[in-house]
Amino acid sequence: MGGVRVLVGTSKGGFVLTSDDGRRAWEVEGPLFGGWEVYHLAGSPADPDRLYASQSNGWFGQVIQRSDDGGATWDAVGNDFAYEGEPGTHLHYDGTSRPWELTRVWHLEPSATDPDTVYAGIEDAALFRTTDGGHSWSELTGLRTHETAPSWAPGAGGLCLHTILPRPDDPERMLVAISAAGVLATDDGGESWRLANRGLVSDFMPEPEAEVGHCVHKLARHPARPDVVYMQKHWDVMRSDDDGASWHEISGDLPTDFGFAIDVHAHDPETVYVVPITSDEQHYPPDGRLRVYRSRTGGHQWEPLTDGLPQADCYVNVLRDCLAVDALDPCGVYLGTTGGAVYVSPDEGDHWTPIVHDLPRVLSVEAQTLP
Amino acid sequence: MSTEDTLGQAHAPPGEHRPRAADTAIVVRVALPHQLRHLARLRGEAVVEVTPPVTVAAVVDALEAAHPPLVGTLRDRETGRRRAMIRIYADGEDYSNAPLTTELPPVVVSGREPLRLVGSIAGG
Repeated sequence: MGGVRVLVGTSKGGFVLTSDDGRRAWEVEGPLFGGWEVYHLAGSPADPDRLYASQSNGWFGQVIQRSDDGGATWDAVGNDFAYEGEPGTHLHYDGTSRPWELTRVWHLEPSATDPDTVYAGIEDAALFRTTDGGHSWSELTGLRTHETAPSWAPGAGGLCLHTILPRPDDPERMLVAISAAGVLATDDGGESWRLANRGLVSDFMPEPEAEVGHCVHKLARHPARPDVVYMQKHWDVMRSDDDGASWHEISGDLPTDFGFAIDVHAHDPETVYVVPITSDEQHYPPDGRLRVYRSRTGGHQWEPLTDGLPQADCYVNVLRDCLAVDALDPCGVYLGTTGGAVYVSPDEGDHWTPIVHDLPRVLSVEAQTLP
Repeated sequence: MSTEDTLGQAHAPPGEHRPRAADTAIVVRVALPHQLRHLARLRGEAVVEVTPPVTVAAVVDALEAAHPPLVGTLRDRETGRRRAMIRIYADGEDYSNAPLTTELPPVVVSGREPLRLVGSIAGG
């Protein structure tokens, strides 16, 4: 079979884009679940035809869909994301305490080895897991009951658990990221958690180097170098060389270090991609030019990638789950915008082409490299 | 939790709703929003069988039992409350905030009209 399947979640449905290894000609299928928000579509690394989708809206709540045939057909599976025990409270924007309440599933992270096992990161921030293909979900309560949880407060997008990063060499060890609490780490499969924010500095907090409260936007790492973790924070691009135990800034010569998305080249752990966004008050690229920045040196030195991307009058955003890579050679890079475009670069970011121009607001992009 | 602020799940006190003489199931038509019809793979209205008394709660119970993908889409799974942007109409009346043990009107019980579950207007 071969080729690539790109899974696109948008504000009005899901889309599946497929191509052969050349990544020049694309078939577009969708919308799936038309009219619903699809925050995330994800495929199982253990079975690429097993897909999961988070489908939600304000009227009808949360639905999880599953496909066993690569997206040709879908079935609604379990949607019972009940917090275990007394949910407790977290801080709200206005400083009052609010009970934990499910809004939606932000991110689905299928196991690398078992198609029936998937982690789900939800808003309000908690981590759930299914081991039966999505029919039932159980909370890993140690995270939400962390001693600092009552002090967690939402970022602009809500109190969302948006990143789940199991180590490929030891899935019991994971990092998760929550806006706006920061990074937490577990060594025991999610039973217990510790903060992993040392080195982060956030000037919007009264104590900028506090242990918790950082608005971490996205984490990424290369499977061959699991100790190295890259982070796009609210402001600052960061790097850890010790699996999140400490962080240092690698923003270097970026035009702005605000942004949402970050990803790592499939074949080179030192090649990293970010999409700089003007500021937290101006969620669009600097100068109206959509530029991906690539570092070949693990940070600090960055080069703009512009060929094929709009370089005038462009005021879209690129959200945190909207940058992805495939595992072909050369590595393909994918980018989705709030303006409804999905771009592909089949050559590591050197040249870009839109696959689609006019989808709804793109919420997530995942690239599956098919066997 | 009172019996009146939940959409089913909680029921009236024992004895309040005694079975009628002819305690046979009533066939009730239910009109759903497009997105929920699609989720439940319905081409048109849902048709469910309800043992009297025919209340909103009983109809939603029967609807969820017949179409499990709808569980959680009409009422909150935890509290049983009607989701905020679901409205409930029958015979031209708004039952959204009526006690859920209220029996539905004859035109619905007789099958002449559907119980209408509607997504409320929100946004432009």
